[in-house]
Amino acid sequence: MATEVTEEKKVDADSKRVHTYPLIRHSDMNDEMKTEAMELCVTACEKFSSNNESAAKMIKETMDKKFGASWHAVVGEGYGFEITHEVKNLLYMFFGGNMAIMIWKCS
Amino acid sequence: MPPKAPVKGKQSISTGADMPRRRTTRIREGDDMTDLGDGTDADDWSQAKTLEKPSDQLQLSEQDLKEEFTRILTANNPHAPQNIVRYSFKEKQYKQTSSVDQLAIHFSLDGNMLHKESDEAKRQKGKLGLAEASSDQAVSEAGEGAGAAEEGEGDKQEAAEERADDAATPAPTDKRKLTNQFNYSERASQTYNNPYRERGTATEPPPRATFAGNVTQWEIYDAYLEDFEKQEKSKEKKTIPGRKEEEKTRKKLTITETQSDDISRVSSASKIVERMVNQNTYDDVAQDFRYWEDVSDDYRDQEGTLLPLWRFSHDKAKKLAVSSLCWNPKYNDLFAASFGSYDFMKQGTGLILFNSLKNPSYPEHVFETDSGVMCLDVHPEHPYQIAAGFYDGSVAVFNVVEKKDGPVHRCTAKNGKHTDPVWQVRWQKDDSDNNMNFYSISSDGRIVHWTIVKNEMIYQDVIKLTIPDASAEGPDGIKVPTLGCGTAFDFHKQKDYLFLVGTEEGKVHVCSKAYTSHFIDSIDAHNMAVYKVAWNYFHSKLYITCSADWNVKIWEMGSKIDKNTDGTESPERKPLFSFDLNNSVGDVAWAPYSSTVFAAVTADGKVYVYDLNVNKYEPICEQMVAQKKKTKLTHIEFNPVHPIIIVGDDRGNVTSLKLSPNLRKVPKEKKGQPPMDASQKQQYELTKLEKILAMVREPTESNAAN
Repeated sequence: MATEVTEEKKVDADSKRVHTYPLIRHSDMNDEMKTEAMELCVTACEKFSSNNESAAKMIKETMDKKFGASWHAVVGEGYGFEITHEVKNLLYMFFGGNMAIMIWKCS
Repeated sequence: MPPKAPVKGKQSISTGADMPRRRTTRIREGDDMTDLGDGTDADDWSQAKTLEKPSDQLQLSEQDLKEEFTRILTANNPHAPQNIVRYSFKEKQYKQTSSVDQLAIHFSLDGNMLHKESDEAKRQKGKLGLAEASSDQAVSEAGEGAGAAEEGEGDKQEAAEERADDAATPAPTDKRKLTNQFNYSERASQTYNNPYRERGTATEPPPRATFAGNVTQWEIYDAYLEDFEKQEKSKEKKTIPGRKEEEKTRKKLTITETQSDDISRVSSASKIVERMVNQNTYDDVAQDFRYWEDVSDDYRDQEGTLLPLWRFSHDKAKKLAVSSLCWNPKYNDLFAASFGSYDFMKQGTGLILFNSLKNPSYPEHVFETDSGVMCLDVHPEHPYQIAAGFYDGSVAVFNVVEKKDGPVHRCTAKNGKHTDPVWQVRWQKDDSDNNMNFYSISSDGRIVHWTIVKNEMIYQDVIKLTIPDASAEGPDGIKVPTLGCGTAFDFHKQKDYLFLVGTEEGKVHVCSKAYTSHFIDSIDAHNMAVYKVAWNYFHSKLYITCSADWNVKIWEMGSKIDKNTDGTESPERKPLFSFDLNNSVGDVAWAPYSSTVFAAVTADGKVYVYDLNVNKYEPICEQMVAQKKKTKLTHIEFNPVHPIIIVGDDRGNVTSLKLSPNLRKVPKEKKGQPPMDASQKQQYELTKLEKILAMVREPTESNAAN
């Protein structure tokens, strides 16, 4: 029994450790843009770890500067969405184990 | 001022010389004295041409003329008084002024232009009646007065100014031109306006897509878990990359292998479809083949008919004659046909075709050869092995299974090739070493035994068909034995050493593989070339021959030999049966199902079917089969199982015909008795034949006894 418990714990620890990396759930961007956007999201979320609004604002503004206007960003732990986006301009990713970031462009 | 003195002296000299003219100018102009000196100088320069010399001119010597006088010009007015004295109110006495005005004015002209801002202009403006200007004018007037007082130079300038004032006053009135209000015309024109045109475009909006989803904590968790598992798996895979690559290469190899002949992948499917199409198009024929029985046979009393079924023809075989036919021993619907030419003058290429009853439109296999194929035989145990004999005397072995266009083996001139057309080949049972072997017979009189050992064919001459009586004389008197021309042979069904040979001279030799030098028996069977000899399927001593001399004959081996052991054997031994078919008989064949039935084809396009059991003298069926007149039928073959025959003609067609019930009478099965097995059937056929033979033999034996 004891061994089982330890194993379970181990698994839990393992999963917790692993589950903080950024995970792209869905994206139709090209690779270059995708990595850049992903890194941006990571920095924004790390910078404003306690304020999702600021993080979203930063993501949106940076994306506007880098890839042209009309970007939208949603940062949160639970929400539903149905959006229309310009193709090749969508990124839906998880980060930090509990954060879902959705950015898209639609002008 | 030291330099002044000489100047003065000189001046005085010149003035003295110009005195009379100066006076005139003075009178005329009445000007001040300042003009005097300068004017003289100018006149002096202008009057250089008038060499009028004054009378009192100094006479100067050369020396004096060359003497240089240095004159220095200064800005000082020589006429200006140097001793001006003015009364000084300050000091209450006359004092000499130190500064003397040196200015001399030679010419002055007053213009009538004024600066707008100047006092004078203002004044004039005032005079024009401008109200505001009046005060200005007063000021300027006063200024002028002051200026006039100050001006010590003289009243002349002032007078000029006044004159200018007078001139200036009318000027402004001239400037403003009054238009005549009654004498003018207005003109106007409008430029052409460019027409306007509206143009607009709308860009295509960038493509959009919708995306929807829900974010919940458990979904995020699941996604991470899934991704984590994937990563784990990929790590595992990476640990054994070598094996994976190996697998990949193997897969690739198989893919390339299969891709290399992708047409062959659909070949089986296409073959099935082809057969289905043929089955549909020849549906009625197939139905006839299986089920149609000629009901008229019941009323025709013993006679029968042949129903034409499929006709096999191939474009490449159109101009060739069918030289042999052979059913495949394994597949009852498949037969091989060889094509060549019997015409000595028209030899060309040859052909071997494999046709199936299931696909009458196109052969299953085609082998094209450079020489006409005169015969072929399908190996009874290895039905993919085909032995063929050619017009050029060579023999070859084809393999149907191997995807090869040409023969697997073929003999050449070096290894035992015949020198004349090969008329028949026949496979034998594999020898003791399990090597496949076959025999061939040719017009060159040799019967050759071919053995396939590995990749080569080994040949062995079995017999030479010498003609003992006729031997031609050689050029030097040596007797050269002439060789008979073999045209057909057949091996005994049971005793495999025994075989019959038919020759072009009409003889039939009974030979054994054991004796290479002589024949067991020799019969003058026909008057012309023997085309076919064939043992009966049931009776071990009975054989049939056919010949170009229109005859088909049935012989019994050995019966006469036994008789004539005394050595008085007559060369003309008689056949048991002889049938005259009124034309050259190309081929004859025993029926596999009955001991008494045989069929023959003639050059006039007819097929004859005989049943000795029914009629010993007349055919039970005589039918025209050839499509056109003049088409010769060359070969005939019974299907070993089905009640059909195939007939080849000299135009490359093979026709299949169904035998009507009367032509294939088999013993009726009596009710209550079990069906006969093979041996019983054979026994029955044998007794049936024996019965007939006994009837035929009897008289001959009695004759012989007599």
